[in-house]
Amino acid sequence: MTFRYNNVYINEVSTVTGPYEAKGPLSKYFDKSYDDLYFGMNTWEQAESKLIEESVDILLTKIKRTKFDIDLLISGDLLNQIVASNYASSSLGMPYFGIYSACATSVEGLIIGANMIEAKQIKNCICSTSSHNNAAEKQFRYPTEYGGPKPKTATFTSTGGASAYLDSKKAGVRIESATVGITTDIGFKDVYHMGAAMAPAAASTIYRHLRDTKREPGYYDLIITGDLGVIGKEILKEYIKTEYGVKLKNYDDAACMIYDLKKQPVYSGASGPACAPLVTYSYILKKMKNGELDRVLLVATGALMSQTTVNTKLSIPSIAHAISLEAIE
Amino acid sequence: MDKNKYKELVSRKTPKENVLYNAMIAFFVGGIMGMIGQFLIDIYTFFFHISTSEAAVFMIITLIFLGCLLTCLGFFDKWVHFARCGLIVPITGFAHSMMSAALEYRKEGLVTGIGANMLKLAGTVIIYGVLSAYIFGTLRLLMLGA
Repeated sequence: MTFRYNNVYINEVSTVTGPYEAKGPLSKYFDKSYDDLYFGMNTWEQAESKLIEESVDILLTKIKRTKFDIDLLISGDLLNQIVASNYASSSLGMPYFGIYSACATSVEGLIIGANMIEAKQIKNCICSTSSHNNAAEKQFRYPTEYGGPKPKTATFTSTGGASAYLDSKKAGVRIESATVGITTDIGFKDVYHMGAAMAPAAASTIYRHLRDTKREPGYYDLIITGDLGVIGKEILKEYIKTEYGVKLKNYDDAACMIYDLKKQPVYSGASGPACAPLVTYSYILKKMKNGELDRVLLVATGALMSQTTVNTKLSIPSIAHAISLEAIE
Repeated sequence: MDKNKYKELVSRKTPKENVLYNAMIAFFVGGIMGMIGQFLIDIYTFFFHISTSEAAVFMIITLIFLGCLLTCLGFFDKWVHFARCGLIVPITGFAHSMMSAALEYRKEGLVTGIGANMLKLAGTVIIYGVLSAYIFGTLRLLMLGA
């Protein structure tokens, strides 16, 4: 399913990050970074919630609006029952949709918001996403102070909150079209190799987007996937070529951009729902506004397993949603 | 693409773990841990005039205490990450796993947090440690007699 939009724009964006992202190569593009992972809160879960709140606050200041001007807040994160978003929405006090697509949440939010604005059901909305390294470690892996070794294929959950303000007013970056992903399950089971689990979903969505819009990969100045990592990126390139006959051009992965892969101990790159929007809303959007990039396809990828399904040896289903962004002349 | 063909593609693209290098580090750090243990036993027997088996108990307590303390001070996870089985297999790994879980779940309460989760990682070691002790104890009894 591919939607086309005539009149939806990402007017403004905001990003808040933790200390690891602030030490990465994109640090100067973020609105705010903390050097402590608690952000002045008591628990990891509250800290993650604070990331969303803070990013929405920064966004409201940037667009000079109050919460009463916002028709809808769409937010999601990785925690059980998406509590980070739930608690943030409770203190933000806006009409709220909580969504979950693991690390593809950001683009799912943009698609829902864009569709409602295009249909004139709402005038504007804010789409938020967050992830927190320690909150995710605690929930999906080991206690944060436990130093058990991980394989090279593992990824490092990014810490950050990212929000985007969508409106029909022509400003910022245009949302041109979007493709809703199909959940794919190729029978892959290794949770320490998320890139390999998610690559088939990304390939399927990119292929269907290009087919529906009758475009070549070269049409886009940049096709960027969410969090496949260094190894997942290579797997996608080969998989999409053999399976769909698509030769990717101008392709990169957000997981390989946010950290300094040589110096920071992040294994094969970043992950988490915040990874794709942190890179897109800071670095990529800046380049689009400067005129360095005109057309960008953002493909956020998510692995849809839980700790229980992993323990019961079920394979990992994954999904990817794509959204096409265009610079305004 | 079917499951096995995809698996083959993934393993072709995945870099190999440096098993030999990891094993060497674990071997040397584990060896140093053994030396420290023996050193502690010698000190305790020399200064406190106790038997070697009693000194061994004090040595274990000392190492557990150090494992817990360094975990709480926040840098033992980095050592474990580097030394891998060199620090996980000795008693320090057991202490580290219990203390890291206790720290993590402290904020969820004394009963529902620490009580319920402290043995999250170490519980497996205890359960299967006791079980294998029973099995090998029984085998020993059957083969060697009482």
